[in-house]
Amino acid sequence: MAKTIIEKIWDEHIVYEEEGKPDLLYIDLHLLHEVTSPQAFEGLRLNNRKVRRPDLCYATMDHNVPTRNREQITDVIARTQINTLQQNCEEFGIPLANMDHPDQGIVHIIGPELGLTQPGKTIVCGDSHTSTHGAFGAIAFGIGTSEVEHVLSTQTLWQARPKTMEIKVTGELGYGVAAKDIILAIISKFGIDMGTGYIVEYTGEAIRKLSMEERMTICNMSIEAGARAGLISPDETTVNFLRGREHVPTGEAFEKEADRWLSLASDEGAVYDKTVEISADEIEPFVTWGTNPSMGSGISNHIPYTKDFSETSDQQAHEKALAYMGLEEGMPLTDIAISNVFIGSCTNARLSDLRTAASVIEGRKVHPNVKAIVVPGSQTVKKQAEQEGIDKIFLDAGFEWRESGCSMCLAMNDDVVPAGEHCASTSNRNFEGRQGAGSKTHLMSPAMAAAAAIEGHIVDIRKFQLSPAGI
Amino acid sequence: MEPINEIKSVITPLNQKNVDTDQIISKEFLKRIERTGFGQYLFYHWRFDAQGNPIKDFILNDDRYKDSTILVAHENFGCGSSREHAPWSILDYGFRVVIAPSFADIFYNNCMKNGILPIKLSVEEVEELLRKELYNVEVNLETQTVTGADGIVYSFDIDPYQKKMLLNGWDEISLTFQYEDQIKAYELRKA
Repeated sequence: MAKTIIEKIWDEHIVYEEEGKPDLLYIDLHLLHEVTSPQAFEGLRLNNRKVRRPDLCYATMDHNVPTRNREQITDVIARTQINTLQQNCEEFGIPLANMDHPDQGIVHIIGPELGLTQPGKTIVCGDSHTSTHGAFGAIAFGIGTSEVEHVLSTQTLWQARPKTMEIKVTGELGYGVAAKDIILAIISKFGIDMGTGYIVEYTGEAIRKLSMEERMTICNMSIEAGARAGLISPDETTVNFLRGREHVPTGEAFEKEADRWLSLASDEGAVYDKTVEISADEIEPFVTWGTNPSMGSGISNHIPYTKDFSETSDQQAHEKALAYMGLEEGMPLTDIAISNVFIGSCTNARLSDLRTAASVIEGRKVHPNVKAIVVPGSQTVKKQAEQEGIDKIFLDAGFEWRESGCSMCLAMNDDVVPAGEHCASTSNRNFEGRQGAGSKTHLMSPAMAAAAAIEGHIVDIRKFQLSPAGI
Repeated sequence: MEPINEIKSVITPLNQKNVDTDQIISKEFLKRIERTGFGQYLFYHWRFDAQGNPIKDFILNDDRYKDSTILVAHENFGCGSSREHAPWSILDYGFRVVIAPSFADIFYNNCMKNGILPIKLSVEEVEELLRKELYNVEVNLETQTVTGADGIVYSFDIDPYQKKMLLNGWDEISLTFQYEDQIKAYELRKA
């Protein structure tokens, strides 16, 4: 019978199944970071338990770490958390890319970089953006700290078999439209909870044409549509990305493994519990104007009117969001003034994202009202970008060039958007206070955020690039 | 975790949908390395203004609900970040039950691991609950019912495995250790 990749990977990982119980699923890769792991390690110690497979774990520090002046972390509680991870990894024998390690970076960026992320794997991490790794054709999902402890102890998780959903992206992307715009358009069209209870597979010709980095951007934000995991069937693009990476086999063994990966792709005629479709042709560069990722529109639109919503609860949510954002219904999106720009996060801080943003700002200057920072996703991305001279382009334009980490995406370190200020951000969440108490986030692609940094307000990247004299 | 079966309380109506875990527990409180002490930070930026003064019209600042152990909200409760600090803060504050038409998957699982009962009722039923003033209910997990002081009974579904875990307050890791042979066999097969 024709099977989806989701069913193939799931069935392959069942350790134990019994009627009336969830499946006991084996976990191939467990990624850890400093914020959601300390209580799990403490649980092991209290119960005198070991880490079953430290060789299947990999840890890094990303959420809390400063992106400048790393020698001295002034935040005592953050420092404790960072030191705690170091000690836990030493005590339990878990490989760690700590702050001084050349592989350090955002956990969802370094997994693929190192080739730890591979097709067919089950991958978990105490972080909802673990869905990123699905881009490789893996079942990858975020878990809570209790589940982190469970995986550390047993290398398994009890999981109810999820429903499957196909999101088909047909057609072709237009000029100036990025992977970020696809996923923001999907979330806006189908809703912030459309994926609850499902694992999503993205299919269609528009998805097939995307690079691995673009696919990661899309899978990354599956959770913003409510889906714990979102994936894409592996193809030659996947195999080519992985060839030569540190943790994949070499030579003939690699080719053999690559054949197995390709065989995991969903079979022709496989049936999903639900299928939805969106045409890439209708997607514009997208920005959010509200306080959750579904509250966004194509750039040529205005902010919706409250009366556009039929349900009372949606009208209330809309009014509450606009009151928080300090924006008016009916306002053109391009009228929104920006005073902070953040290019970074597990969604959009890979080399291609930085290249794109740099090409937009090259030879221009950041608007005097704007503070703009670039936070590369990993030390590897940072080094590669510096070899290409991308750091110079950003610095010459007036951007700050930082060390790698989660940074202003969730503002756990001191990279914070001041209260009341608007930020054009390439990250994934525009919740109230996400980038700092009172901060107002507008999600968009790296090119759109870069253009906003130059103009001091949200702009349509297509017009910006076609009229270099300014708009 | 503490077993849960019967919970009697006035419900705390949180009249909002898509309540994300960033609102439940803001990032500045995630740096602690313990599981306890998060209750004081629950809904911090909705409860307190920038000066740290209570915001009057937020429901948790209404004294009539201060002993409530049941929180009721609209759809998609607990969306966003996987932080288990969210259920830790809900539990530490004093809630044992959250009722909503739907929950985000990770949050729902996280509740189960901490002895919090997440109850799914229909949108209409939740709206009815939210309309009633100072409504006292009795939750019974064994019978899967929420019974109002006015005698109205709402029934809910729950996965039988998760129900058993909550009723007994079992430690899931100890249970999984009973499958050591199967885990070993799986590893041998894959090696």
